[in-house]
Parts: sequence; structure tokens; C-alpha cells
Amino acid sequence: MTSGSPAIPSFAARPKPTGPAAPDSPVKIDVRGLNFYYGDKRALENITIQLRANVVSAFIGPSGCGKSTFLRTLNRMNDIIPGTRVEGKVLIDNVDIYDPKLDVVGLRRRVGMVFQKSNPFPKSIFENVAYGLRINGLARSKAELQQRVEQSLRQAAIWDEVKDRLQESALALSGGQQQRLCIARALAVRPKVLLMDEPASALDPIATQHIEELIYDLKKDYTIVIVTHNMQQAARVSDYTAFFWLGRLVEYERTEKMFTAPAEKLTEDYVTGRFG
Amino acid sequence: MSAQAVPAIGTPDVEAGSTRRRALDVLFQIVALLVLLAALAALATLIATVIRDGAGRLSWDFITSLPSRYAARAGIFVPLAGSIFVISLTGLIALPIGVAAAIYLEEYGTRSRLARLIEINIANLAAVPSIIYGLLGLGLFVRALGFERSVLAGASTLALLVLPVVILSTREALRTVPMTIREGAYALGATKWQTIWSQVLPMAVPGILTGLILALSRAIGETAPLITIGALTYVPFLPESIWSQFSVLPIQIFNWVSRPQQEFAANAAAGIIVLLALLLTMNAVAIWLRDRFQKRRRG
Repeated sequence: MTSGSPAIPSFAARPKPTGPAAPDSPVKIDVRGLNFYYGDKRALENITIQLRANVVSAFIGPSGCGKSTFLRTLNRMNDIIPGTRVEGKVLIDNVDIYDPKLDVVGLRRRVGMVFQKSNPFPKSIFENVAYGLRINGLARSKAELQQRVEQSLRQAAIWDEVKDRLQESALALSGGQQQRLCIARALAVRPKVLLMDEPASALDPIATQHIEELIYDLKKDYTIVIVTHNMQQAARVSDYTAFFWLGRLVEYERTEKMFTAPAEKLTEDYVTGRFG
Repeated sequence: MSAQAVPAIGTPDVEAGSTRRRALDVLFQIVALLVLLAALAALATLIATVIRDGAGRLSWDFITSLPSRYAARAGIFVPLAGSIFVISLTGLIALPIGVAAAIYLEEYGTRSRLARLIEINIANLAAVPSIIYGLLGLGLFVRALGFERSVLAGASTLALLVLPVVILSTREALRTVPMTIREGAYALGATKWQTIWSQVLPMAVPGILTGLILALSRAIGETAPLITIGALTYVPFLPESIWSQFSVLPIQIFNWVSRPQQEFAANAAAGIIVLLALLLTMNAVAIWLRDRFQKRRRG
């Protein structure tokens, strides 16, 4: 559990992201032969990938390569876009999430999401975090509600900044604070998986560092998938990295290996900045 | 203008031509301004005449008195109360139906053929003359449903009249709620209905109310459909329930205008002032709501 803003360790001082536990952790998300279409246009081609529990997996690739689209297939967020279609299987904890009988609402509660642009509701800070608890009926009493809101805000490392102003509008917070509030909001319903779509792309370096610290802390309890177009960020926060290009998964490897000795020429060209 | 040889470039004639074009430009500006001023002058004259004729008659007594055969004793109380009663009930009927229809069209049925068919028809309905609604109200509410010539029949008819406008403005308000807010709610496990009810609608409320009030302020001046369904021109009592007979301001004004006695003309003018004041108040509320809405959006 983090609190406030303690001295932020530099990247060099941190333990290496790929700790010994990571490679052995079980497969959490198992994707097999996934195709995704916007109308007639195929945006994802035959994606097969296994994402492990309690590690951070990063999706990198140039704009339009399908990494965000892929992320959004993992909690069926693309369902709300008309004219989209999915083929293939996505298993989360061995459950096929595209099974027609599956409860999508329940899926989205277990697979939380943080968006590129922070999107707090135009309500108070407290109500933003309490919202997911209320609609899912997850707090039996007012005390429990308050306790879980506080816990979520602490987990998202924003409690100390907002504890005296919980009833103020969330829109009065800074961009970085709003994004951490959105993370707290996602954590409040206790998801198993946290999907993050370029969560720091609109933030300044200090706020970005806050978010990256947070991601690092959260992987103890959550399986995290993060989309980023910032390769340094992928290298800093992730254990595994997947490189997407033109809707295909080019390479998926331990982050360390990906950035030092990629197997594919295309990956090497991309991570060394030769294109993209 | 006679046929002349085309002058060579740079000769004084070309200069003269461009001067004429600039003069035409200025002339057009002046004409446009005059037309605008003429329109405003007509409006100002109308208001000035109404105030000149009616201001002297306007008093607290005039607002609180019942109708009378004697112009000096007649007041606007009954039709004023009738107008407020009918318009409030119109709003109560039109709001839930209009919002529900807009939610269906905007959030649920956007791409279906049925929704598109309904959309086209709503746009057409907005242009139907109000007397047609009066005939519909007479046939449907007064006769078929047996509402008689009641406040309820009048309000139902006016609700039909404003419904297309309420639906269109509600859709507009729903559309201004950013997609990111919906996604945020869905991502937390909210159902579509929870998302609409707890996030989208509250953000759209000021826009919806603004549209409703503007639609009602149009309906409050309507005379034709209410005369068609049989609203009375002389009602010596206040409407007590939705089943009471009633009169409204424009009908009372129309009634006074058509009387031969000069004193009733003053009453009509005073009635118009009251109607205008009511309208301006409603529009002011609409503007206030919109301002508050924009301020909250900015955070």
C-alpha cells in the first residue's frame, strides 16, 4: 500500500521488473485466433497470446496498429461501437468471454479499464469512487461504502491529496489526479484484471511517474495490461511486451529481451526508433 | 448603360468600375441594415402601441379580477390561472414521453430502420400547423377518450403539439454528453440503463429543460388548437381540477379584441402585456438554466 508521495525511486534503483515470480505465474488471459472487424475492415488478424497473472503486459506499436482495439476486446468494450464483429476465442480464467450466455456487465466489473483521457464523472470525488460500488450493490452499509472508497483511493495513491475534499467536484482536480481518481474508481469494484489504454499519454512527466509507480505497486494484486506508444514507458513498467503492427502481433516476449535482443527485425527497427 | 468598348487594364475606366463595385457593396450593407431596422421598428411599434393602450389598464386588480360584462371590472385572473395550469400540465405530459422517445431514438435504436422512420416523421410533425393538432385533440381526447372540454384535454393537445420539439431538443442534449462518460460507466459494470439513468440523463437535464421551456413558451401563445377543442371564452370560475373547463390568455385576448367597446381594447392590450411578461419569464428561466449548465460543464 502506498501513501502520499514518498521519494520516488528512480528506474535504476528499482528491482528489475521481471522478478523471479513472474514467469511461473499462471495464464490469466488466453487469446486464440482473434480477428476483429470494424464493418468490413479487419483491424486485428489472428491474434494468439497468453497473458500471465500478476504481471504487467505492455502493448506497443505505431498508431493504428490495433493495440487499443485489442485491449478493448478484453472487456468487450467494443460491443458498444456499432458494426463491429469478433471471431476467435478470448478466455479469462478459462471462461470464454464471447460466449453468448456470458454476462457482459459482470465481465466488465471483473476486468476494469482506465482510459487514455481521464473521464471522471461530473460528481464529487467520493461519488466517483462510490459509483461502481453502488451500481453493483457491493457495499452493504454506509460504513462499508466509506471504507472501500478510502481503501481504493489509498491504493491509487491519491488519498492524502483528496481526503479533506472528498465532497468537492472531481473536475476540480488536476489531470494527473483525475487519472489516479479514475484508477481508484476502477479498483473500487475489485477487478481481477486492469486494462489501461495509454493512461499517461496526456500527463506531464511528474504525473506520469506517479502513474508508473502505481502500476508497479498494483501488479501484486492485479493482472495489468497497458497500451502505450511510449517505448521507454513500456520498458520501465512492464514484465512482458507485445509488439503490434498493422493489426498483427509481431512479437511477444519478456520486456528485457524485447528491448535488448528482439527476435524479429521489425521489432528491432521499431524499438530502436527506426520507424513508427 | 450603353455598349462600350472594354477598357484596357490600368486605364481610368477600370478605376471607375471598381469604385462602382465598392459603392454597390456599401449600398447593399445599407439596404440590409434598413430592412433589419424596419423589422425591428415594426416590433417596437407593436410593443409601444400595446403598452400605450394597455399600461393604464394594468393593475393588481386587473390581474386578480374575474371576468365581467363591464370592461372596467373585468380581470385576467381566470385565463392567467388557466394558462399556467394548462402549460404546467402540458409540460408534465410532454416531458416524460418526449424524454423517453428521445432516449430510445438516441441510445437504443439509432441504427434501426424503425428509428429512422420515426425520426423522419418527428421532423415532419414539427412542421404541422397547430390547428391540425386541435382537430386531432378534438377527435381523440375530447370525444374518443371522453375528456370533454377540460384542462386535461387542452394540455394533452398542446403536449402533442410540443412533443416533436421536446424530442428533438432532448436528443440534442443527450448527444452533448461525451462518449467517454458512458464508457467510464460501462467499464465499471454499469448496465445500459444504469449508465443512461445515473450518468447521461443528469448531465443532459439542463439541456432538456431548456428545450422544454422554449417549446412551452411557444405553446402558451397557441389559440387555434384550444379553440378547436372547445376552450371557453367566458369562464367565471377558476379551474379546480384537470377535469374543469378553462380559458387561456390568448383566447381571452382574442375575445376582448373582438368586442366593439373601446374599453375592452384596453383590456386586450393589458392582457397582451401579461402574456408577454409570462413568456419573457419562461425564456429567462431557460437562459439561466443553460448558463448554469455551461458553468458546471467547465468544472
